[in-house]
Amino acid sequence: MSVLTLARWQFAITTVYHFFFVPLTLGLSIFIAIMETAYVKTGNEKYKKMAKFWGKLFIINFAMGVVTGIVQEFQFGMNWSEYSRFVGDIFGAPLAVEALLAFYMESTFIGVWVFGWNKLSKGVHLAAAWLFAIGSNLSALWILIANSFMQQPVGFVLRNGRAEMTNFFDLLFNGHVWVQFPHVFFSGVTQAAFFVLGISAYHLWKKKDDMEVFKTSFKWATVYGIIGTILVLIVGHTQAQHMVKVQPMKMAAAEALWDSEDPAGLSIFYLGGINPKIPGLLSFLAYNSFSGEVKGINQLQQEYAQKYAHKYGPDANYVPPVALSYWTFRLMVGFGFLMLIMIIGAYLRGKKENWEFTDGKVKWYLYGIFFPLIAISTGWIFTEVARQPWVVFGVMRVEEGVSLATSSFEVFLTLVLYTVVYGALMVADVYLLKKYAVMGTAGIKEEA
Amino acid sequence: MDLNIIWFILIAVLYIGYFFLEGFDYGVGMLVPFISKDDAERRVAINSVGTFWDGNEVWLLTAGGATFAAFPNWYATLFSGFYLALFLMLFGLIIRGVSFEFRSKDENPKWRNFWDWMLALGSFIPALLWGVAFANFIKGVPIDQTMTYVGGFFNLLNPYALVGGLTSLTIFLLHGAVFLTLKTTGSVEEKAYAIANKIWPVATILFILFIILSYFQTDMFTKAGVTPGIVPILAIVTLLLVVYFLKKKRSGWAFIMTALTILLATVSMFLGLFPRVLVSSLNPEWSLTIYNASSSPYTLKVMTIIAAIFVPIVLIYQGWTYYVFRQRIGTKSELEY
Repeated sequence: MSVLTLARWQFAITTVYHFFFVPLTLGLSIFIAIMETAYVKTGNEKYKKMAKFWGKLFIINFAMGVVTGIVQEFQFGMNWSEYSRFVGDIFGAPLAVEALLAFYMESTFIGVWVFGWNKLSKGVHLAAAWLFAIGSNLSALWILIANSFMQQPVGFVLRNGRAEMTNFFDLLFNGHVWVQFPHVFFSGVTQAAFFVLGISAYHLWKKKDDMEVFKTSFKWATVYGIIGTILVLIVGHTQAQHMVKVQPMKMAAAEALWDSEDPAGLSIFYLGGINPKIPGLLSFLAYNSFSGEVKGINQLQQEYAQKYAHKYGPDANYVPPVALSYWTFRLMVGFGFLMLIMIIGAYLRGKKENWEFTDGKVKWYLYGIFFPLIAISTGWIFTEVARQPWVVFGVMRVEEGVSLATSSFEVFLTLVLYTVVYGALMVADVYLLKKYAVMGTAGIKEEA
Repeated sequence: MDLNIIWFILIAVLYIGYFFLEGFDYGVGMLVPFISKDDAERRVAINSVGTFWDGNEVWLLTAGGATFAAFPNWYATLFSGFYLALFLMLFGLIIRGVSFEFRSKDENPKWRNFWDWMLALGSFIPALLWGVAFANFIKGVPIDQTMTYVGGFFNLLNPYALVGGLTSLTIFLLHGAVFLTLKTTGSVEEKAYAIANKIWPVATILFILFIILSYFQTDMFTKAGVTPGIVPILAIVTLLLVVYFLKKKRSGWAFIMTALTILLATVSMFLGLFPRVLVSSLNPEWSLTIYNASSSPYTLKVMTIIAAIFVPIVLIYQGWTYYVFRQRIGTKSELEY
């Protein structure tokens, strides 16, 4: 296999793996800060127990996010050195700002939070919780500012054989950032809600532990989750509308729309040439109107072949892997709606039964923990795969960005080793998460 | 002074912060399995850096990010060129990071012992490799006219660089042992004194040897521009003073001395590099410098403003955490890790 193929696999594997841990960090950090706020405001020990119990699970997850995140920052230089040279003038800045603004904040205040329960006043400890939560989410913002440049490059000029920044604020106020960041933010909220919901459901089913802690956690998780899922869907819709404008090929691939349609129908599934559609719905998704042309893959290919012929010749291919884009998009959206139904159901049922759950069915919410993981992973696979062949849309193709100094043996070797190490760590991580989730409030050290 | 020079200095400062701070938690990490077989004493050692290690590591991440932003060619050539070495370092950072969080979350002595050794290994690898890396930086590595590294992994493992690696390894071990004498109490403190006294002569001999070798192996002391001058000599002096303060049981002063040794050694190497950032051993014309490797003036300006605002803020709150968690830790303390 070529260095390029191996480097792409390495990026895919390490990034998807890293992002198993990130959304929970984003959403749960805020959730825990809310719990601790309730504790400081009311003095009720129950909220402190909640913050500590979920905090314990949080830390186990957070550690994995941190160590796999280091790989991400270095990988651009290691496997994509020519990309780094070409866009470093722009792309490096948000990464440096992320480290300076966000990484210091989250890593310092997580230490203060974990070790500071008996050393700090309640108010200062609470401030550490919020600073940590804000730091984590700021890091998501800055990395998405970097990613948005790859999706929709702005604020630059081609000069001295590379892309050079002309306006830093263009990067910040890139339209793509402000549809993508809210989508990622609320997917984090959703992930945290389903995590808390699932593990609370386990204890509400077992009925052995401190029921008050898990009743309240369950109740709050339904509210947190309803907010998260509804907003993630609404923002996702605005993101799709943005996508039609700036990356029409991505939309076409998401729908496997080979030829332009007006009005365009939304594909339900596409199997063996059968492709039933809901008339007009794709036009509606794109323009909030049941008419309007959505461009097809063939037309866009023709358009791009002409537009970029001076650089890549007249025969270059601009079509991303369509089947993968199509199905990952459907999995993301499908699980999004499934979660919406599930979380509203959990709320209504909980309210009716006064959060007591006398029958054993409540345990089924445990499986909900995996739904956001599936939706988020497929969502990211979709958004990155359907941008291909571009690494920076319209500016640089992915094969231009790969490192020249590395051999395929080196990239293969590290790919195998990452996979082995990551696999082994996943076993240890799941073991500990399960252990502390099952142990419940007994796992919290109660100091004076 | 132009912005390229300011960013060269800032990156040097980030490396100094990283080696000074993470240096002692690498040292402590390596010493954990050796300080004691007793779980309580091992936990004291681990918890002495428990609050800090993650924040310390961000100095490296920021140095990496700052290099990318200010000198993209430096970032690209270095990271793709030192590929396997860097992978090894990342492997070390991964396993040591999870070791901190995982080891005390299970009672099984085998589990704990396993993660203690992972912590030691994960601290050992970067402590060794940074010396190897910096020795190669100042000695020069094969870089062609397209700024591409054309050597292999074993090019980096030349004898001079290996002495550099052993030097950084033993200096960080000493720095970690001295940190333990400062931050712990009781049996762990006593053992840390004993270990520090044993490591000191080895570290000192290697350190002096490395400086002598540098005289012959690099152009640090001969090239036009900035020569480190008296700075490496001062580094030796501070290192010699460590043993004096250890004998007097003045752990605070001993720690200041190991910190100064690290600072002065790092300053020497950056002075020796200036204005180059990666030296080509093939042709001096092909070296990467703070000018041919840098970002555009606009990007450097933006980054300078951001750094001027946020670096002081970071220093204030990280300093504050060291103040809050300044008490010594013993086997009777409340331990989180």
